[in-house]
Amino acid sequence: MTPRPMTSADRPACAHTGRPALFAVLAGLAALGLASVFLACLFGPARVPALAAARVLGGVFGGGASGADPTLVTVVRDIRLPRAALSWLVGAALGLSGGVYQGILRNPLADPFTLGVSTGAAFGASLAIFLGLSSVPWLTALGLDPVPLAALAGAMAALAAVIALAGTGGGTRRETLVLAGIVTATFLSALISLLKSLGEESVAGIVYWLMGGFAGRGFGHLALFLPYFLVGLAIIARYSRELDILALGETQARMLGVRAARVRLYLLIGASLLAAASVAVAGVIGFVGLIVPHLVRLVLGSEHRPLLAASALLGGILLVWSDVLARTVLPHGAELPAGVVTALLGGPFFCLLLRGRAMGRA
Amino acid sequence: MTRMTRMTGTTDTTGTIEAVDIVAGYPGREVLRGVSLAARPGEMLGLLGPNGAGKSTLLHVLAGIHKPRSGTVRVDGQDVFALGDRERARRIAVVPQRIEIPFGPRVATVALMGRYAHAPGFSGYGPQDEEIAADALREAGAAHLADRALSELSGGEQKRVFIARALAQRARVMLLDEASSGLDPARAIEIHDLLRRKCRQGAAVVIAIHDLNLAALYCDRMVFLKDGRVAAQGATAEVFSKEVIAGIYETTPELVRHPRLGIAQALFVPGADGDR
Repeated sequence: MTPRPMTSADRPACAHTGRPALFAVLAGLAALGLASVFLACLFGPARVPALAAARVLGGVFGGGASGADPTLVTVVRDIRLPRAALSWLVGAALGLSGGVYQGILRNPLADPFTLGVSTGAAFGASLAIFLGLSSVPWLTALGLDPVPLAALAGAMAALAAVIALAGTGGGTRRETLVLAGIVTATFLSALISLLKSLGEESVAGIVYWLMGGFAGRGFGHLALFLPYFLVGLAIIARYSRELDILALGETQARMLGVRAARVRLYLLIGASLLAAASVAVAGVIGFVGLIVPHLVRLVLGSEHRPLLAASALLGGILLVWSDVLARTVLPHGAELPAGVVTALLGGPFFCLLLRGRAMGRA
Repeated sequence: MTRMTRMTGTTDTTGTIEAVDIVAGYPGREVLRGVSLAARPGEMLGLLGPNGAGKSTLLHVLAGIHKPRSGTVRVDGQDVFALGDRERARRIAVVPQRIEIPFGPRVATVALMGRYAHAPGFSGYGPQDEEIAADALREAGAAHLADRALSELSGGEQKRVFIARALAQRARVMLLDEASSGLDPARAIEIHDLLRRKCRQGAAVVIAIHDLNLAALYCDRMVFLKDGRVAAQGATAEVFSKEVIAGIYETTPELVRHPRLGIAQALFVPGADGDR
């Protein structure tokens, strides 16, 4: 469904920016990201004047109680702000995770869902919907939404299964990992289809969840997402130096003193935590994790620290605006899933990119 | 550099790499069938032999990357396979053959990777590491490439970068797999001159090399591998003979003296296989 780039198209352009320029790019992206989150609070079915929204946001962060309209406060502070922040962080997580997967698997076609994490999450969520856990009174009484929790559990279980499966098949070699991921994903997809065919009343819920998006997401989802995001981020930051070395191949890495197999496993877990948490709160959102690292590589080259930092920042911006588009493009407050928007925009854009590069080389 | 210039006593094993009775291979295929050799500080050892003789596998065993079925490898008198990864990389530096990479990091970063074994995990590379890596790039004649991506370099340029990375490791043992394959003669001479300089400074250098004449010009000693065994070894002047070369490569060369250096050089004769 998604057009995949050719390997040969993946040689980095020779553009390697110097350090001050790089810093400027990252600072610019960070500023743009924060600005996007605030600007995103202005868009939605209810009209909110920019000035009033700014006052509400100022109240949130400055602490000064302003006498703003309570409905406005609810819309901006309790609905739009957490949603925008969540879409920013999920975009960042997907961009980061995709960059790491492409690096450790040394495969430009890898994305956060290559190892079946998304299918695991989808199965977890589908099972929860199928069993009707959303309407279990004591769970809702605790303020817990069981669907994202089940998705998260499913994602982690799938990852554990993939690593165990790859381990029995001769260590964590790259090919074995990818193969184990495909096998696990195929098996779980079959189980999802089974659930869909068994429970007719839950089909709509499952399908809707699978499309991915941020409709109705709020502080609860943000709270669920954040710990995994931070842990995954910390792991990746700690091992980003090794990632460059691993990109030269496992033998090279070992010759330089890197405990290649172990470090790769840590990075895999870090990137999968990000992917799992993203899927759990927002469903399967494609393209960001595949395309954003590619785009960044075209401009900044393949070094992992700048690549990952910029991929995270750009992924965040992309998803914030995709979600804005998703909730404003249809009339009467109807929404598109954000995953549909990213795929619809990302596909043609990437085709243009490939075409441009092919022509540039000719 | 100070560590490298320090002299060592003759019975001292510091800076020596030594393999004893190595039997190694891959599932279903034995590549090395009992190989022993040693390279001492200040010595350049040439590893020669026909394609498939086991040169690369032996280098991987010496590097502590490929575990042999039996036999031991010792560096500084210690079992290579008992050393921690960083510890091993501080003692042995490896220059690989050309490698394929889908994404290339910058050359400066590749040189810095040589410092990985010296830089503790959390703090990362320090200013001193950056300095050592920059020095290494200069020494290998690759300083002008520092900002280019590894994947866009030519084979010869890549080689220099990997040599710079090995120099940055400041290891006393250097292993090279075809240090000069694919390089023009001037580049090849430059690189081997550099390696000889490192030897003079106290490094033990082992090079797997196909070019017999280049090996004769630079190696103090030679080990000829054939079918996974040592077919001949000794000082270059002794083993570099018509008979030894004919026996190993199955074609008889003519030997001439280098007009300036007096070192034996082999000239191969077209259609010579039938003469034997």
